[in-house]
Amino acid sequence: MGISGVAVEAEGLVKDFGETRAVDGVTLKVPTGSIYGLLGPNGAGKTTTLRMLLGIIEPSAGSVRLLGHSRPLQAAREVGYLPEERGLYPAMQARDAIAFMGALRGLPVREGRRRADALLQEHGLGAWAKKPIRTLSKGMAQTVQLLGTLIHDPKLIVLDEPFSGLDAINQGKLETLIRGKARDGVTIIFSTHVIAHAERLCDEVAIIAKGKVAFDGSVDEARSRLRPIVRLRTRNRDGAWRSSIPPASRQEGNDWIFELPESGPEPLLKALIDGGAGIETLAIERPGLHEAFVAIAGQSAAAAMGEETAK
Amino acid sequence: MMGLLRSALVIGRRDFTATVLSRTFIFFLLGPVFPLMFGVVFGSIGARVAGKQEPPVVAIASSQHDFAALSSARDQIGAAGAGQQLVQLRRVDPAISGADESKLLFSPDSDVIAVMRGGLDHPHLTGDIDPDGTIATQFELMVEAARAHPVQLQVTSIQRTEPSNTQARTRTGQGAQALLFFLTMLLAGMTLSQLIEEKSNKVIEVLAAAVPIEAVFLGKLFAMLLASLVGITVWASAGAAAIAAFTHGDLGVLPPPAVGWPIFVVLVVVYFAMNYLVLGSVFLAIGAQASTVREVQTMSMPVTMSQLLIFGFAALAVGSPNSPAAIGGAIFPLSSSLVMVARAAELPQLWPHLLALLWDLLWVALIIKLSAGLFRRTVLKSGPGRRGLWRRAAAQP
Repeated sequence: MGISGVAVEAEGLVKDFGETRAVDGVTLKVPTGSIYGLLGPNGAGKTTTLRMLLGIIEPSAGSVRLLGHSRPLQAAREVGYLPEERGLYPAMQARDAIAFMGALRGLPVREGRRRADALLQEHGLGAWAKKPIRTLSKGMAQTVQLLGTLIHDPKLIVLDEPFSGLDAINQGKLETLIRGKARDGVTIIFSTHVIAHAERLCDEVAIIAKGKVAFDGSVDEARSRLRPIVRLRTRNRDGAWRSSIPPASRQEGNDWIFELPESGPEPLLKALIDGGAGIETLAIERPGLHEAFVAIAGQSAAAAMGEETAK
Repeated sequence: MMGLLRSALVIGRRDFTATVLSRTFIFFLLGPVFPLMFGVVFGSIGARVAGKQEPPVVAIASSQHDFAALSSARDQIGAAGAGQQLVQLRRVDPAISGADESKLLFSPDSDVIAVMRGGLDHPHLTGDIDPDGTIATQFELMVEAARAHPVQLQVTSIQRTEPSNTQARTRTGQGAQALLFFLTMLLAGMTLSQLIEEKSNKVIEVLAAAVPIEAVFLGKLFAMLLASLVGITVWASAGAAAIAAFTHGDLGVLPPPAVGWPIFVVLVVVYFAMNYLVLGSVFLAIGAQASTVREVQTMSMPVTMSQLLIFGFAALAVGSPNSPAAIGGAIFPLSSSLVMVARAAELPQLWPHLLALLWDLLWVALIIKLSAGLFRRTVLKSGPGRRGLWRRAAAQP
């Protein structure tokens, strides 16, 4: 475990696939015992970052420390990993598949089978313990793989898009499981493109867009980073008042939308009134994580997230 | 290192049980029985055909004395090398009637092709034969030999004090080499497709996150070697039982190898394992690059051909174990085991074998290391990308 209570530390991670730079200088610190979310649209570099953290692929540049090891595979016995693309041997029995995943992480097979039977029973799959994976439904197989990820009581659990493909009930179960593990002191890193999951579960998030970490900190911090948003509608189209609106503002129909300037609402109001803007409506809103995400990751990334969530 | 071996054991155990405990493994074990069955079926058909082609019979209507003389002349000619191709003789009553003779010659049940009358002094052959044909010529020889006075030929039989073992032993070497080549060709090809399952069902991601790729390769290689040895053991036992049943244990045709049979048998097994491991690791590396079964199938033909080439190369070494070709073949890792097993048949020293085995193991480790690196780079897309290299090159004008 990291001396300073840091379970995972990445410094300047870069990954090039041929001509494409998938990850571009990612620096992260995951506190021990926290639930840490990697938030970003598909193709942002979340999976590649996780794969580098776990030592599945080596970075083109940069360094990783995983549970105190500079070579992540040395910590493999204390890590559990659920890949985005789930995979099990179809001919294997459910309990054997779980025990096999434990054995890969150093758990004796006999003990693995014993724990697998208990876990399957606990998750209502006791009757399926000796059935081959290929006869299980997709949801059951996913549960089996998740149990296999946890069978050896890892100190660090890495879940790549764990909620995708799960129905609402199973998503709820998984959230409970993640919270329970975190209470036991286990560090959990998961990636998601659903802002709501990150908002509900995470102590800290890293917002990843186009291979870079756009933000790294607590959800509240992300939101408080944004200045309140001003939504303004005026009667007059032009005038001296226009100079008081920040240049970065955007227009939606007749509305001006911009961040509240550092100087606060009073000088703005004064300038608008003195300049003869003719204020029709004026609203000052505290941003949500979605707005924070838009501001941090950019409009296009947010649009991509919206599309995926809609799917 | 222990961690690597332990991980390899986990992978290997899964692969071995998945292979050996599957229904398809029964077909794998039965595979060599099919050609054997063909052999038995065609062999018995062949035997029946051969039975029908027995040499024709000539009926000898003569005195007992003349018949005895003719018979012994026939045996003498047979002993001189003419073998089974000689006509057979059967004595009939010299006073045989014309009707009986016709019966002998024309009855469909009769195997008599000709009848001889007139004794040794006036031999007269009647039958469906060519006057200048094989049967008539053979008969002429027999009659001449039967008439002649027996010659007392003095023969002094000596034995060479040292049987030409060096030459004979090359046969043992060749046999062992061929056996190794044949078994490896049949069995090592299996390693080509070993990573297809993991790649297609994405288990590879689970494996790669938990254990080094080297352990995955090593585990798979040894699992396949072990499954092959299970197959070979079953076939060898069945083969030995069949040989014992059909040939009454009479197989002592190969001259004993220079290192002696017990050590030679051990060396054959060990060199088979080495040959399998070296070639198998290369095939595993090649197959690991393929992403579909179709690609593996396309690759298997060139792979088999390359094995044939290696076998040809190794065969050059047989008969001259200290020649440059043999030394080169023993050093070249892909042919090393084939060359060395032939050497074991020809030369008695044991230390070169220890050296060769260490050399082979070194190569297996090296190939696994290299192929795991290649797999990480090309399949898992690990390590510095090309762009990285170019950038670095560009940064140093």
